[in-house]
Amino acid sequence: MLVLAFDTATPAVTVALHDGRRTLAESTVIDARRHGELLMPGVSAVLGDAGVAREEITHIAVGTGPGPYTGLRVGLMTAQALATALGVSSYGVCTLDVLAYESGLTGPFLVATDARRKEVFWAEYAGQRTRVRGPAVDRPGDVPGDLPILGYGAKLYPEAVGAARIVAGAPEHPSAAALAALAAEEIAAGRTAGAVLTDPRPIYLRRPDAKIPGPPKKVTVL
Amino acid sequence: MGTPVKTEPLVLGIETSCDETGIGIVRGHTLLVDAVASSVEEHARYGGVVPEVASRAHLEAMMPTVDRALREAGVKLADLDAIAVTAGPGLAGALLVGVAAAKAFAYGLGKPLYGVNHLAAHVAVDQLQHGPLPKPCIAMLVSGGHSSLLLVPDVAHGVTSLGSTVDDAAGEAFDKVARVLGLPFPGGPHIDRVAREGSGSAIPFPRGKADDGTLDFSFSGLKTAVARYVEKNGGSMNIADVAASFQEAVVDVLTRKALAACRLHGVDHLLIGGGVAANSRLRALAQERCEQVGVRLRVPRPGLCTDNGAMVAALGSELVSSGVSPSELTIPADSSMPITMVTA
Ligand SMILES: Nc1ncnc2c1ncn2[C@@H]1O[C@H](COP(=O)(O)OP(=O)(O)OP(=O)(O)O)[C@@H](O)[C@H]1O
Ligand SMILES: [Mg+2]
Repeated sequence: MLVLAFDTATPAVTVALHDGRRTLAESTVIDARRHGELLMPGVSAVLGDAGVAREEITHIAVGTGPGPYTGLRVGLMTAQALATALGVSSYGVCTLDVLAYESGLTGPFLVATDARRKEVFWAEYAGQRTRVRGPAVDRPGDVPGDLPILGYGAKLYPEAVGAARIVAGAPEHPSAAALAALAAEEIAAGRTAGAVLTDPRPIYLRRPDAKIPGPPKKVTVL
Repeated sequence: MGTPVKTEPLVLGIETSCDETGIGIVRGHTLLVDAVASSVEEHARYGGVVPEVASRAHLEAMMPTVDRALREAGVKLADLDAIAVTAGPGLAGALLVGVAAAKAFAYGLGKPLYGVNHLAAHVAVDQLQHGPLPKPCIAMLVSGGHSSLLLVPDVAHGVTSLGSTVDDAAGEAFDKVARVLGLPFPGGPHIDRVAREGSGSAIPFPRGKADDGTLDFSFSGLKTAVARYVEKNGGSMNIADVAASFQEAVVDVLTRKALAACRLHGVDHLLIGGGVAANSRLRALAQERCEQVGVRLRVPRPGLCTDNGAMVAALGSELVSSGVSPSELTIPADSSMPITMVTA
């Protein structure tokens, strides 16, 4: 098995290759505005580092967000088109699940990422791989409960979420190495349509911004 | 270096600069398929294109539209010689979906990627219908976002801008006037239809910049004049006459300036492209005026004038057979890509 994984739902453009036992190569660049420019070169670099030809890839896993939409779509469009070009299957994984898995935490906790507009995307977990609530989008002060919380969304709003709840040393952004490892486990276990692996489609959580204009305007404001 | 250049390359073109997800496949100058999925109905109720709605729709429509195009053309992805995509200008988030798909296809298939200029593609598409472009020719691009006169020595290598609108694009003027007249969005085709019942000389609307000696356009004064007229005569106006007279003012200026460009540069071939080139009165008046002065007119059929993937594939094919170097995987989507830049 050779799983190519990437996530573009946060400021991290992260790519990794996993053979079912370990990560063979990975690349992560933090740049919230250049997902479209960085992703394919990142894929090419990771395959080059691992000494693997693209035809050897057996599966693609991609973060489905939630995350800022423009960047998020780059990952999903790339996964869909690359999977078709290579003739392999592609799977989606909720980006918050990747952070939860990577944290290695056992007890209940929350994950939050930046949703911009002074809001966070968040979800609640009973353990490393068990989401029990969310994903949802809210103001940081409206995220319920008092569980420990991790992710860049918590770090951005320490006052609103309560600085004492923030898990020290936990990952802020998802890493594709964790995404690849999680996906590889699920694929190996045959859970390709379970709670973790989904279709590679975006989780938006908000309706598109659009105002319906009023009746035709007068000359002066036309 | 003698890399043999394919003369009849098989190229897939991807267009997502606005609200149409267009996938075209061409072999050389031959159109094999032109598949379009449009989100225009989702935008119509907003009275204009909503960028986030368009971007979401592109992601949804991309793979089904590519599948459909390949099936209808009887082509496999592996058969392609190159992937071309609109890199700009257009809506940033919408462009990015197409560029991401194109990079993934190109990389996954190990085929060259061409990030191309949408406006140059509106010019190149005519080759699919009328064969190789005369070198040079004058091209007038009239669309929802642009109104430009271009000198095109060779579309694969560059174009020069001779003039453009100083305010609204021609299509934008059609759309805004349609709204004033209570016609649906996008308004161009509706004005074209309604105007058939009216007289183009009923109301003497102003011809902005018509005689100013430049090759630039201005349509905002005209648009305001129509709005004033409607405000004043609302109840009693003949909407067909208003539509026809507005349309006449636009196409009168467009054709006059296009022929002035031909005269000025000693070029006897005029090409009209972009969505407004679908306008029946523009096509008729351009034909009439070109004949009067011995200029040969080329206008693609209406389906090739509005945004589509075939035009992107057509330009891609021209670039491959001209031996132009492909784009890198690092290219951005460039929402304000200048017309002088044919490839990214
Ligand atoms: N028959 C017609 N008469 C007049 N205008 C028309 C006609 N058909 C389409 N249009 C206009 O063409 C425009 C759409 O053209 P096109 O799809 O080329 O533009 P765009 O892609 O929005 O802009 P650009 O190409 O500059 O990015 C709209 O403004 C529409 O009203
Ligand atoms: Mg266009």
